Amino acid sequence: MAEKLLEIKNLKTSFRIKDDYFAAVDDVSLNVNKNEVLAIVGESGCGKSALAFSIMGLHTRAKMEGDILYKGENIVGISASKLNKLRGKHMGMIFQDPLTALNPLMIIGDQIGEALLLHNKELSKTQRKEKVINLLNKVGIPRAEYVYEQFPHELSGGMRQRVVIATAIANEPEILIADEPTTALDVTIQSQILDLIKDLKEDMNSGIVLITHDLGVVAEMADRVAVMYAGEIVEIAEVTTLFEEPLHPYTRSLFNSVPNASEEQDRLHVIQGIVPSLQNLPRNGCRFAPRIPWIDGSAHEAHPQLHEIKPGHFVRCTCYKHFHFPEEVRKEEEHHGVS
Amino acid sequence: MGFLKVEDLKVHFPIKGGLFGRTLDYVRAVDGVSFTLEKGKTYGLVGESGSGKSTTGRAIIGLNHVTSGKVYFEDKEITGETKAKSDFRKDIQMIFQDPYSSLNPKKRVIDLVAEPIRNFEKLTRKEERIRVQELLELVGLNPESILKYPHEFSGGQRQRIGIARAIALKPKLIIADEPVSALDVSVQAQVLNFMKEIQDELDLTYLFISHDLGVIKHMCDHIGIMYKGRYVEEGSAKEIFENPQHIYTKRLVAAIPDIDPRKREEMKQFRAEVNTEYEQSYNDYFNEEGLAYGLKPISDTHLVALPEKG
Repeated sequence: MAEKLLEIKNLKTSFRIKDDYFAAVDDVSLNVNKNEVLAIVGESGCGKSALAFSIMGLHTRAKMEGDILYKGENIVGISASKLNKLRGKHMGMIFQDPLTALNPLMIIGDQIGEALLLHNKELSKTQRKEKVINLLNKVGIPRAEYVYEQFPHELSGGMRQRVVIATAIANEPEILIADEPTTALDVTIQSQILDLIKDLKEDMNSGIVLITHDLGVVAEMADRVAVMYAGEIVEIAEVTTLFEEPLHPYTRSLFNSVPNASEEQDRLHVIQGIVPSLQNLPRNGCRFAPRIPWIDGSAHEAHPQLHEIKPGHFVRCTCYKHFHFPEEVRKEEEHHGVS
Repeated sequence: MGFLKVEDLKVHFPIKGGLFGRTLDYVRAVDGVSFTLEKGKTYGLVGESGSGKSTTGRAIIGLNHVTSGKVYFEDKEITGETKAKSDFRKDIQMIFQDPYSSLNPKKRVIDLVAEPIRNFEKLTRKEERIRVQELLELVGLNPESILKYPHEFSGGQRQRIGIARAIALKPKLIIADEPVSALDVSVQAQVLNFMKEIQDELDLTYLFISHDLGVIKHMCDHIGIMYKGRYVEEGSAKEIFENPQHIYTKRLVAAIPDIDPRKREEMKQFRAEVNTEYEQSYNDYFNEEGLAYGLKPISDTHLVALPEKG
């Protein structure tokens, strides 16, 4: 049995808009285990980042309900000072944009050193510097001593992202949350950064939550995948299962809409409509139903639940059983016409 | 002669410094690029950030100063043409990367889309309105929304407004600079499908600039790979993806994440091999300054930057 590091139970994070609260993360339950990469996939506005920020306790104004258990201890609603002892030490976060995540007025060495200083006051100045240089070497930055003295603007995008990673892993956190860590980077740099994150998982036995919208990155990195739509998890499975037998209509639509470098397709699948905004979310019934209007309403559950199809493979709502792409109907009809 | 022909294009930006702001050196953003576009086809310009692909596109349409080299459009030289109303400006249009910053937030849709038309044609208000509504319908937006402002649209819809603007004058060539990079996958699919549809309908030629190799492969017939302002390889989509010759292209193609999780180990090994090859043979493919050599043909359509033999 995999060792659970983080157990999220019925988490609901709501934001206040005018006088009402709207849930961006709605009843999410998840586990993050030791030595695993859990990928969270979805389009923008699906609540992936809101979930990540909830785990890190970075939403200061949101209303949070439910539990997040870190090694059995609930961290929802604990005081900021207690949270600060966890953050950076036991839980690290890699942000999407390395330029805005770094302080432009601070040299690299001090930024990483700060993370060490906050959680380990015994270290002397020289020890700290030594450790920072080790970290820079670890994330593959050449001429670490020189880079130590540099400012963020003097580094390239890939190097900056390495600095952000070095800061996140400075205290060897058990949980690392990576929010679109490679979205801003070129492909060759992306593959280096992903390799680096993989090595970290193996070295430190950490649990990694990888948030991305890039299915290629998921295929390369993840052990398990959770697909989010409109604040809910609509499907969870082992990575190979999800890629070989995606079930939920949203998962299948996503797969079909990506131009694939290894396959020839003439037309890409387009998901009708748009991701609904927080205020316009349909809160009753299947949230994906408005985007697959050709599927009969009776296919959906009144209160869609996650069903365990196979051990470890969960799918929300029953509509997956009746789902097909509109093109498929046309093909079938043509087929019948011929025969 | 081709439809669009670029000959030894160079765009150098001066680096100013010192007491009197003298020019100390130049950034060679585009350093000798030549290619030809065929009518009705899509040509992909690929490279990592800083490779000079966008600068090339902007220089063709006259948004960047051309240091040297020539650009021919339908056999007429258009290099450095800056007159706003010259004919080719009607025939060549551009789609920009970010649909959030490329539309003036204070203008209504009708004014945004009609702006290029007003520059070239004298239409009455009623005619103009009908034209704009036709264009909106063509890009799949509600023709009733002409009085709305950009913020009232989603990202994909805004990019369609950008496209409506670009096709308003019935251009022959569209330079699309990362047209879908800022969009979510499902919206991206919408815009890409749509670009393919109107290509057939309006007989358009695209110069498609992107760093996303998946998108490039989906859209393009011919591809040029750029590195540090120069071409390293040019060929058909098949030649580039299935038989890359230059070590830089090999590394780029190998770095694309594979969509099959079962191939993870295989890809890892393959990438490690390519990386070793890249490090070992770097000096064979690049000169002392780390720049690519001139292109040499290895087949009718496939060109690779290799050093002179002997």
